[in-house]
Order: sequence, then structure tokens, then C-alpha cells
Amino acid sequence: MNSALDVHRLHFAFTITFHYIFPQLTMGLALLLVYLKTKALRTGDEHYNKAARFWARIFGINFAVGVVTGIPMEFQFGTNWAEFSKAAGGVIGQTLAMEGVFSFFLESSFLGLFLFGEKKLGRIGHWWAAFLVFLGSWLSGYLIVATDAWMQHPTGYAIGANGAIELTSFWGLLLNRWALWQYAHTMIGAVQTGCFVMAAVGAFYLLTKRDEAYGRTFVKAGVLVGVVASLLQLFPTGDMQGKLIAEYQQPTLAAMEGLFESQPNAPLAILGQPDVQNRRLDNPLQIPGMLSFLTYRKWTAHVKGLDRFPEDLWPDRIPLLYYSYHVMVGLGTIFIAVQLMALLLYWRKKLYQSRWMLWVLMLCVPLPYIANTAGWITAEVGRQPWLIYGLMRTAHGASPRVGAGNAWFTLIGFMGLYSLLAILWCFLMGREIHLGPEPPVMHTHGSATPAAAD
Amino acid sequence: MATVWFCLVALMVAMYVVLDGFDLGTGAIHLLVAKTDDERRQVLASIGPVWDGNEVWLLAAGGTLYFAFPQLYASGFSGFYLPLMMVLWLLILRGIAIEFRGHLHSLVWEPVWDFLFCVSSLLLAVFYGAALGNVVRGVPLDGSGYFFEPLWTNFRLGAETGILDWYTISVGVLALMALVMHGSLWVQMKTTGAVSQRAGHVGGAAFWAVTVLTVVVTVVSFSVQPQIKTNFARWPAGYVFPVLAVAGAVGVKSFMAKRNERNAFLSSCIYLAGMLTSVVFGVYPMVLPARNPEYSLTIDTAKAGAYGLKIGLIWWVFGMLLATGYFVFVYRSFAGKVTAGQSEGGHKS
Repeated sequence: MNSALDVHRLHFAFTITFHYIFPQLTMGLALLLVYLKTKALRTGDEHYNKAARFWARIFGINFAVGVVTGIPMEFQFGTNWAEFSKAAGGVIGQTLAMEGVFSFFLESSFLGLFLFGEKKLGRIGHWWAAFLVFLGSWLSGYLIVATDAWMQHPTGYAIGANGAIELTSFWGLLLNRWALWQYAHTMIGAVQTGCFVMAAVGAFYLLTKRDEAYGRTFVKAGVLVGVVASLLQLFPTGDMQGKLIAEYQQPTLAAMEGLFESQPNAPLAILGQPDVQNRRLDNPLQIPGMLSFLTYRKWTAHVKGLDRFPEDLWPDRIPLLYYSYHVMVGLGTIFIAVQLMALLLYWRKKLYQSRWMLWVLMLCVPLPYIANTAGWITAEVGRQPWLIYGLMRTAHGASPRVGAGNAWFTLIGFMGLYSLLAILWCFLMGREIHLGPEPPVMHTHGSATPAAAD
Repeated sequence: MATVWFCLVALMVAMYVVLDGFDLGTGAIHLLVAKTDDERRQVLASIGPVWDGNEVWLLAAGGTLYFAFPQLYASGFSGFYLPLMMVLWLLILRGIAIEFRGHLHSLVWEPVWDFLFCVSSLLLAVFYGAALGNVVRGVPLDGSGYFFEPLWTNFRLGAETGILDWYTISVGVLALMALVMHGSLWVQMKTTGAVSQRAGHVGGAAFWAVTVLTVVVTVVSFSVQPQIKTNFARWPAGYVFPVLAVAGAVGVKSFMAKRNERNAFLSSCIYLAGMLTSVVFGVYPMVLPARNPEYSLTIDTAKAGAYGLKIGLIWWVFGMLLATGYFVFVYRSFAGKVTAGQSEGGHKS
């Protein structure tokens, strides 16, 4: 951790990981808010409007933290990764600028109206405000994923005369095949976070026997949407994501799976610890042939292991990559099991009385956050040693004049500031959940900050 | 095409300065013009529905700068590493101060956020001014196209400059005074009663500081950055920008005397836009002047590929039309004054 490059990497990893705690919930909740507002509009039942208002308050807190921690991301490309920005800014600057122009203006304009303009807008108008906030946040998600997808699998570019990477096809950049699948996978991950959080709060109300009507609504929404999301996360989106990696990032696939030796009938490692020095998996628990089948739909297919690639093409943190991938997949499997079980109980009309299931739903709440984070670590560590896959190495992308000392200074500054944000966030979230969907009248929200959360 | 993008980025930055400028200025005078909790809510309500959209102009301008002039984005942002990171911290603190204040009512809750809101707004104004000062003065770029400035060296305008020297500090103070004036006029226009009155007094005092500092800094800038003189000599039509600034300043004074709060605020917008465009015009075609002129970044050395600039223009125009639509919608639904009681429980909802 002494080289400036390592500090720059940690700097970005820390700030982006912390940032993404918040958008994954707001993007997921945005969809669920549209669901609740649609219910309210169709049934005319005030219950759903109150439910939506409660979640809008949670949304507002998370959105605010998401915005303030998001601003540094756009600037860090230039501050810490100047060589990368100089080379690739003409391409990825497009998607980043479009995010500002098309989604941030939309979100910031309509969120205030959504949070504080319900009376003024009327029923239909308020539904539209919710929908436009959803649209803005999901559009923002697309443009960011398209940026990352271009770094994973660059398309629509050419190398210009001065060595800079130039855009040659706008649609090539925007409709990158990788971006479409990665987007689907990412957004469904966000929906899962939204569903688990909503179900967990609902389960908490049912278990503590308070606001039980809301508890049932929240658990129901979290489970019904969540079961679809958890299945889609595995197939087709997760599956396609894996196929794209198998096609375009072969060393990454081998490292993710801990496959050191090329072989037919390649096994899928369920457990085991990669021993990079001795090039083997310790204490392996494997399903024979499964990796061949998942990758090529043929049990006997030959899968390339790390031995096929020179070491300087290997991802540089194989254990981290291997574990984050396994954590993501393992949790994804658990989510399917939990959600299907809950669905079964719902179908047999036992879900709301089944205390053990409610306990499970409540305690699951950190898991989707871990799974989403592990997924992003898999994507980003898996891209190594490349910053832009096949085009530019991470080692060549950092700012040449920003030394390790200055990078540490700002990294520590962010760590301190974000610790403070985390404490405030926990406090305010706990308070909102404690106040519940029918807070005492005194609790007027945001005294002076109507459009408050961006 | 590069010149077109130079103008568009300048336009976006000007939009940011004029729009976020008034809510930064509002923050800077927050503790001065609002004494009670009720009054402070009134001040916050005057920017509540719009400050966040205003700040988006910074992100949109940053993104546009990134794809139109990648080399400028890379050199500038990494060179201004330390102050830029501090600006980010201030933006974070300011954002949560505005957001979190209203969640709780306690004698140990609101004062913290009021203080943070005020201090962060104030410091941001100084930082932005100092940044502009750095651009005018030039930075220690070398043949590699990069530089790294420490926060300060010896506070002189030598070859080894820091972010802060006597020139950039004076621009920072001017920026603070200008935004204090701008914010005061906004608060005066958007509020009633004691708050509006106090804001008027602060605005009046700030006006004189702005006038004196504008004259001093302008005179000094001509000697600090010789390109300014060259440009005005070469394209006399460029005088329209400083004339605009002067007209704005005169407008502020005369409309304040006539108690026309709206026009006084609009004049202040014109003053800020005039000042900023004068600077931008003065350094053109440089985008980042170097202390050693041969290393300066110009629109041609910093620009992105031709195809990207062309396609960008199409979506940019489309997106800006949409954004303008949202802004008109939001500002119209937020027209009129905020009274002390009205700020309770969210604005006019």
C-alpha cells in the first residue's frame, strides 16, 4: 500500500463502495414506490398513499446521501485517474455528461415535487412525479453501467492520431451488448435490495405487533416483487453475464472459478480456497462437469484454466475476485430459497403468521447489500489488470503528479467524513422506521427543505 | 467545433455560477440575516426546492467538460487535486446540512446544521473564486501536460505558484462578496419581514465591497494575464462582456434604490454572467493558461475527437431543452415569497 497506484485504487474502491450502498436502495425503492402509487391510484385506498409516503421519507434520506457521495465519483476520474481520463474522456465523458444532462436534471426537478408536492399535484400528477423519479434514477443507472461496460468491453471507438481513444459510434457505445446485460443484472440487484429492505421493515412491524396492516403490505410487496427479481437475477441475467465473461474475459472466468488447470468436464467449485502460489484450490468441494455445462451447455466441454494465460494477464487479486464471486452467487442462491419459501407461505395464506419466516426476512436485510457489493467487486477486480479491457492497463491510468501522500490524505478525509455520514444515516433510518407509517402529527418532515433530497 | 464547445461549457459554468451562486450566497449570509429558528427555516425554504437542481449544473458542466476537452479535465482536476477534494467535502457537508436539518427538532440539532451550511457555503464561494484566479493567473504546467499545485508556496506570483497567493485570494474574496450580494438580493426578494430587511442591508454593504474589489481585481488581472489585453485589442466586440458586468452592477444599485427587488436580483445575475464571460473571453483560446505560455492548454490541444463533439452537440441541445423545461416548471411552481409561517412542513405543499 505504499505505491501511489495502490492508494488511488483503494481511494476509488472505498468511495464507490460506500456510495453504492445508497443508490441500490433508491433505484429499487423507486420501482416499489411506483408499485405502491399505482395500487393507491387503482384501489383509491389511502392506506397505499400512506405506505408510499413512509417509503418516500426513507427514499429521501438515502437519496440525499447517495447524491452527496455521488458527486465525488464524477470528479475522481480526473483527480486520481488523469491518464485514463485523458485517453478515454472523449468516449466515457459522453455517457457521464449524458447522465448529468438527462437524468440528474430530471430527478432533481421532480423529486422535490414527489416528496412535498402531493397535495398540489393531485392523485394523477403525483403518480407521474413518482414515475419520473423512477425514470430518472433508472436512466442514471443505465448511463453509469454503460460507462463501466465500455471499460469491460470497449465498443464503438478507434485510436486517434495522438493516441487518444476516440468515439466512432454513438450507438456502439450506448447499445454495447455488455451494457444491456450488465444493466439488467445490476438493476435487478437493486430491486432485490429494495424488496428485502421493504420486506424486512414489514416483518419487523409484524413481529413487534405494530402497524400490522402496513407490515402486511410491505412484506407482500417485498416478496411478490422479490421472488421475480431473485429468479431473474440467476437466469437469464446472471447467466448471460457469465457467458459474456467466458467469451471476452477468459482469464477472469478462470480466476473467478478458481480453475488453475484447463480441463474437459471442468468442475464448479462450491467451496475451497485458491492457493495462487501453488496454483491449486485447497479443500475443494466441487460439482464435476458443472462449470463446463454452465459455460458451454455441454458437460464434457473443455474450459480454459489460468494455465493457458501468461501471468501478466491474470487478474492481480485472485483470492478477492474468487471470494467476492462466490459470495455473490451463494447469496443469490439463498435469496431464491428464501423468497420461494415466503411465496409458498403467502400462497397458503400463512406468511403473516409464520414468525420464523418473518424473522428470516428481517434478518436477511444486510445480505442483498453484501451481494450487490460483492458483484461489483467481481466485475471490477475481474477486469484487472486492465482499466479498459485489452486497451489500457490500470497501472497506466493514474494521475502522474498526485503522490501517495496526497492520495492518502484525501482517502483518510473521505473515510472520516463517510463514517460520520454512516452514523447519521443509521440514526435517521432507525428513527423513521421507529416513527413508522403513521407518525405523530408533530413529525412534519423537512421543515425547510422541500426539494431537499436531490 | 472546439470553439462552439468552449462557449457551451462557458455557458454551463455561467449558469452554475448564477444559479448555485444565489444559494451559496444565501448560505453565506444565513447566520447573519436569520436569527430565530423560524427565520432560518424561512431562509432555507427560499432555496429548498431549487438548490439541488442548481447544483446539477456543476455536474452537467463537469461531464460536458470531460467529454469535450478530456485533456483539460485530466490536467486541471489532477493539478488542482487538493482544493478540488476540499470542495467535494464542502459540497457533501453542505448537502447534508440542508437535507438533514429538518428531520429533527432539538436545540442541539438545528444549530449544528445551520453553522455547517453557513461555513461550507462561505468557503465554497472563496474556493471557487480562488480557482478562477488560478485559471487567469496560469498554472505551472510543463511539457507533459500535467502539473500539481500545493495549497500555497510563498503567496507570490513566481514560477512555483500555489493555489493560494495574494492574487487568487483577492479573487476569492471578490467571489465571496459577489455571491453574498447575489444571495442577499435573492433572500430579500424571496422572503418577507425582518429577514428580507436584513438581507437588503447586507446586500447594500456587499455592493460597495464588490464595486471596489471588481475595479482592483480587474486592473490587476490585466497585468497578471497578458492574453486578456491581446484579446480585447483583437476582438473589440468582446467589450460587450465587461460592459454587461458594469451594467449589471449599476442595475443592482439603481434597482435597490427603487426597491425593485426582482430587477435588482436579475441585475446581479447579469453582473455575475458578465464577469465570468469577460474572464473566459480574456483567456480564449486557452482553456488552461500555463505560467510558461508555451505549455498552455488550448481548445485545440485539449479537445476530443471530431465525431464525438458533433454527436454530442445533438444530444446536448435536446437534453438542454428538456432541462430548461423542468427548470421553468419548478421555478414557476415556486414563484412568490416565503413567509415565516409558511415554511412549516415543506413549502406550499
